[in-house]
Amino acid sequence: MKALILIALVFCAVPAAAQRRVIPPSDIKSGFEFLGPDLKKLQQDDFANPGTLWVDRGEKLWRAAAGGDGKSCADCHGDARTSMKGVAVSYPKIDERTGKLMSLEARILQSRVERQKAPPLARESEDLLALSAYITSLSRGLPMEANIDGPARRNFELGEAFFFRRRGQLNLACMHCHDANWGRTLFEERISQGHPNAWPAYRLDWQTMGSLERRLRACLSGVRAEILPYGSPEYTDLALYLSWRARGLPIESPGVRR
Amino acid sequence: MLLVNLMTAGSARAQSPPSPLVPYRVEGNAIDTPIAEPGDAQRGQTIVLDRTLSSCVLCHLVPDPDRRPMGNVAPPLAGVGARLTAGRLRLRMVDSTLVNPFSVMPPYYRVDGLHQVAPAWRGKPILDAQQIEDVVAWLMTLKEVAQ
Ligand code: HEC
Ligand code: HEC
Repeated sequence: MKALILIALVFCAVPAAAQRRVIPPSDIKSGFEFLGPDLKKLQQDDFANPGTLWVDRGEKLWRAAAGGDGKSCADCHGDARTSMKGVAVSYPKIDERTGKLMSLEARILQSRVERQKAPPLARESEDLLALSAYITSLSRGLPMEANIDGPARRNFELGEAFFFRRRGQLNLACMHCHDANWGRTLFEERISQGHPNAWPAYRLDWQTMGSLERRLRACLSGVRAEILPYGSPEYTDLALYLSWRARGLPIESPGVRR
Repeated sequence: MLLVNLMTAGSARAQSPPSPLVPYRVEGNAIDTPIAEPGDAQRGQTIVLDRTLSSCVLCHLVPDPDRRPMGNVAPPLAGVGARLTAGRLRLRMVDSTLVNPFSVMPPYYRVDGLHQVAPAWRGKPILDAQQIEDVVAWLMTLKEVAQ
């Protein structure tokens, strides 16, 4: 009897992965919709949006020579406004050469180390955030469209399972807040649907720009769960599920959040 | 149905260290026997209003003369002391998934069967047995539905 109940509880906690987006398509809303009027204004005005500083810095870095071969991003990719437009909408995505799922940050680091022969940038460093914010901003207004067919399938399923699994001392899954309780308030903060389309974003609470992964870590430490190192495959898989779940929403980066 | 510390039972967890929890007994939908000294409602209120210690007010609106900001993820707690017995409140506090497997409320007195708990909190319940009794004592004072 005890064993049966235990098994039942374990299964409730780990539902089988089954390509779920719980929120019906007509109800999908960007985190922007859950902001107060002041933050909405701040995000929409490029001159006031603090994220613009990172975007501008990224634009300069794009053209700056770095590393052993003295090459810039522009030397290989040309004008980012054409070559990088629309690129961010399908990240994370499978790298054809390695077969591994990669976030945009991981892709930037790969180019930097392997092509530019430059030392890697630290995760959450100003330069890495600047480059990823710049590249992402070039897809502003374009709908997110993650590809989950072929080899990405497995990553997607793992990310989906992560989203629905309870974790941490508070025993909560992502879905408990972002599927079941969006629109309600937690303490005094409105819970959004947890979409990644504004990231990298400037968060007032941090007084700086941060990656999606940093935001996810904030949610995870909120439920007192273990935090994995930056770039852990678990987070990239989760980000793929989030991108698929948010498909159709326009990219907003650099977003402004509380 | 009788469950004694359900989450520590079962051979799958034979290796885990002895549970730091006071054993308790779930009968029906309640834990009728207190798990510590009689609760102090005053202390209970302090615990409930403490955002980081208990986080109750993250989700629940509770009667509070100072009108601090609170969440509305969960039902307001006004009147809960009239609706539920102490035993039922105790079970709800200890591990609300024993009441409803889909519960959104954190388990306040449980250490086993949790996934990827941060090292600082691993093996520790959110509240200790005395704090559970204190909170139950305060919840029992919430007899009025609206203030
Ligand atoms: C206890 C509630 C809770 C849980 C559990 C939780 N979050 Fe969040 N999350 C929040 C709150 C509150 C915010 C900040 C307000 C907002 O944007 O929703 C937030 C923000 C986010 C954002 C940023 C949305 C935006 O538009 O800026 C993403 C993405 C996100 N969460 C994903 C997740 C994922 C993935 C998980 C599980 C690993 C998770 N959250 C678990 C409460 C939670
Ligand atoms: C993350 C959200 C969350 C937190 C934190 C939380 N609860 Fe709850 N609680 C709920 C939800 C949601 C319910 C409704 C039933 C369910 O989901 O289990 C509930 C139900 C209850 C009930 C039963 C109410 C009724 O009318 O039957 C009591 C009593 C209660 N909570 C007390 C507390 C106390 C005391 C604390 C803090 C020590 C607390 N809760 C913390 C989400 C929460």
